Amino acid sequence: MDNSTPLTYSFTVHGDDFSSAGEASVQVKKILRSIGFDADTIRRVSIAMYEAEINMVIHAGGGVADLYVYPDRIVIVLTDKGPGIADIGLAMSEGYSTAPDNIRSLGFGAGMGLPNIKRYSDNLDIDSKLGEGTKLTITVIPQR
Amino acid sequence: MKISEIATLLDAKVLCCEESISHEVHSACGSDMMSDVLAYVKNQAVLLTGLVNPQVIRTAMMMDMRCIVFVRDKNPSDEMIELAKEADIVLLSSPKRMFDACGILYSGGLCPNEV
Repeated sequence: MDNSTPLTYSFTVHGDDFSSAGEASVQVKKILRSIGFDADTIRRVSIAMYEAEINMVIHAGGGVADLYVYPDRIVIVLTDKGPGIADIGLAMSEGYSTAPDNIRSLGFGAGMGLPNIKRYSDNLDIDSKLGEGTKLTITVIPQR
Repeated sequence: MKISEIATLLDAKVLCCEESISHEVHSACGSDMMSDVLAYVKNQAVLLTGLVNPQVIRTAMMMDMRCIVFVRDKNPSDEMIELAKEADIVLLSSPKRMFDACGILYSGGLCPNEV
């Protein structure tokens, strides 16, 4: 595995079933464990991706999650064709949420998703266009 | 504290992964809001919750937790139990309320932070 050719995996995130949200994150966790990354790195990637996957199901009706594993970094790209984020600055503030009440009753929608992804990753890039969709690029650098 | 001692202290039924109840755990957190568990919890091995849906199990999986206690006699679905088995997470169901269950475990020696 050199830096120019990452191991690549792709997952479909289904948007019609909240109870299945997180399945891709569980798969990613297994893959990273089998490659031999340390527990802290695996946990950071898993939590960041899980939050993003939950967001995708709640707000965008699902999408695609791609995992790229380089020797020195792990990159997850999540692409959806949802409504887009109107104000990224506002969406990044803890406690701000546009999730419906039924999602709160399921234990999510506290406005911690995007801030949490930023907290657990080394870099978070958000590319969103209203009416077209959102692309999140999450990078985690493994501990040495 | 062993997970088996948690079950005894909380009069809890063991719902799955009984073979792992001798594992030692040192810390716990109580919440019905999984967003908060993902945001604020670090290295806790036990989650106490009154929320019952598959995302409770997935949240615990992401956080590498060892045990989930469902308070107020809540019972997880078969689907949740299967998910927990996959990750070797012990599921307990206790008749205690959240406040009581947390107090009993705190008094019994569990900490808010991993030691």
